[in-house]
Amino acid sequence: MNLRPTARLTLAALASAALAACASHPPPPPAAVSPPPQASEAPPPPPSAAPTPQTQSGPLPGTVQDFVINVGDRIYFDFDRASIRADAAPILANQAQWLLRYPNVRVRIEGNCDERGTREYNFALGARRADAVRSFLVLHGVPAGRITTISYGKEQPIDPGHDEQAWARDRNARTAIVEGAR
Amino acid sequence: MSIPLPSRLAAVALILAAAFAATPALADITVDVNQAALQPLPIAIPTFSGGSVGAQISDVVSADLDRSGLFRPLDPASFHQTPDVNVTPDFNAWKAIAAQALLVGNAVTDADGRLSVDFRLWDVYAGDQLVGTRLTATPDSWRTIAHEIADAVYEKLTGEPGYFDTRVVFVAETGPRSHRVTRLEIMDQDGANPSYLTDGSTEVFGPRFSMRRQEITYMVLRPTGASIYLKNLDTGREEVLGRFPNMTMTMAPRFSPDDSKVIFAADRNGATNIYVMDLASHQYRRLTYGLSIDTSPSYSPDGSRIVFNSDRDGTPELYVMNADGSNVHRLSFGPGRYTAPVWSPDGKLIAFVNQQGQVFSIGVMDPSGGNERTLVSSYFADDPTWAPNGRVLMFERKLADGASRLWTVDVTGHILKEAPSPVAGSDPAWSPLLH
Repeated sequence: MNLRPTARLTLAALASAALAACASHPPPPPAAVSPPPQASEAPPPPPSAAPTPQTQSGPLPGTVQDFVINVGDRIYFDFDRASIRADAAPILANQAQWLLRYPNVRVRIEGNCDERGTREYNFALGARRADAVRSFLVLHGVPAGRITTISYGKEQPIDPGHDEQAWARDRNARTAIVEGAR
Repeated sequence: MSIPLPSRLAAVALILAAAFAATPALADITVDVNQAALQPLPIAIPTFSGGSVGAQISDVVSADLDRSGLFRPLDPASFHQTPDVNVTPDFNAWKAIAAQALLVGNAVTDADGRLSVDFRLWDVYAGDQLVGTRLTATPDSWRTIAHEIADAVYEKLTGEPGYFDTRVVFVAETGPRSHRVTRLEIMDQDGANPSYLTDGSTEVFGPRFSMRRQEITYMVLRPTGASIYLKNLDTGREEVLGRFPNMTMTMAPRFSPDDSKVIFAADRNGATNIYVMDLASHQYRRLTYGLSIDTSPSYSPDGSRIVFNSDRDGTPELYVMNADGSNVHRLSFGPGRYTAPVWSPDGKLIAFVNQQGQVFSIGVMDPSGGNERTLVSSYFADDPTWAPNGRVLMFERKLADGASRLWTVDVTGHILKEAPSPVAGSDPAWSPLLH
């Protein structure tokens, strides 16, 4: 019960049921590298009349906002690579734990690439990235039937800039909740 | 006599007067397509007689020939006469302004309301008529007549088929990059007659022309997956190409040269491999195996081989295999990453994109992998597509911080031009000759 949030993941408002589910998994190792900055899309604020007891204000457990803010819905890749980086593994491990905690949730993994590649190749590279995330989650116990994948290639950059910082953000896989969140 | 009959227009190619009997098989003056970029052929194209439509036609012919880079239409202000299409020109007057070729024409609208255009191409120094033809069509097809005249001139003087009576389908991009709207758009190769084929409600990519039919295949991307579509340009009829269990991404479709099949790439568990579907039976077959990314397949024009892109050796490279998937071997060994290969319609070259660091180039190589040449380098380049005569490539080019535009480059690499197009665009596909 003394699971502490890692320095970089603001784990707020953990319900006791959720903690029990977490207990069977060791806490994720600290990330070796700082993750790139969060996506610029700010989640909507939580409902004002929150019926569930909370230790502090924040997203309700089991909501999309909870997943996005407290777990992290996006991980990043190196150029032309689809291997899971050291800084991404703990985020994905937390995603798996969260998904096991909320068994009705279904997700779509969206693979994305930076603009420094040709279009057709990038559609395939994005698919490979999405599948790398899918495989990780399945290996950590999430039933494969709850996961679909898609590649947006380089067509949906989260950072429209034209420098290495933007491209690093654009090389990502997002775990999008499509169904079953509270 | 080498002008193809434009069957689409039910046009009548008519031998004018008597001069044709003496027409040589090839002109005395010839344009060497490999040298002309350095010294384009001076050609005089006086405004065609026959009112405004005559003038419009000669303008379009002149613009086509000028844009090819092989011809240099002379300034009409230097012309001292307005020649009659049925009178032998005063060649000395044209020699005086250093014209080597002279194109004369006249447009008339006959009693049935049909437009007829007579034109003659003259070799100024030899005093020979090289072409003399009448083209007839409905008046609203005047641009088609103009492109066919330009094709006739190009073919007579270069010995190679023209490519002006063609269309280009591409992905029109509007809106900011974060909320971009993509639509398939079709236009004449000179940018005229643009029209949208899709309404922007779906994301569309990679249109490719059929070699024989007025039909395209392309990819539609939705959050549920990527599908391959076929669309008939005459009827507008659309069809989704099959259902593929366990493949969410079916991508990079292209017709086989005989139009009986569509070859494509599909991802399964992170590996992308190449498949081919027979359009009559809808049976499909897998051609490549393994965990690599295999994509961007393109047939040789005889249909016997397929060039494709794969990262099976660690970085994206070009490979060729037999049409049944056998006998795979690697073509590219130079520095950088090779993608987007496309076999030329004459079978002689393979065009591709090479990426070295932050520089993207359009290049060509022999189908054996030899004689690799860079044609043009840029901040970004993608999706080369061949003109039907195999002499010119259109491609997507982006300068740093700019929007994607369509450009053309000839196979010598000397003639680089922005293609006339109404909006920012990517993913061009060049049609076969329409006549």
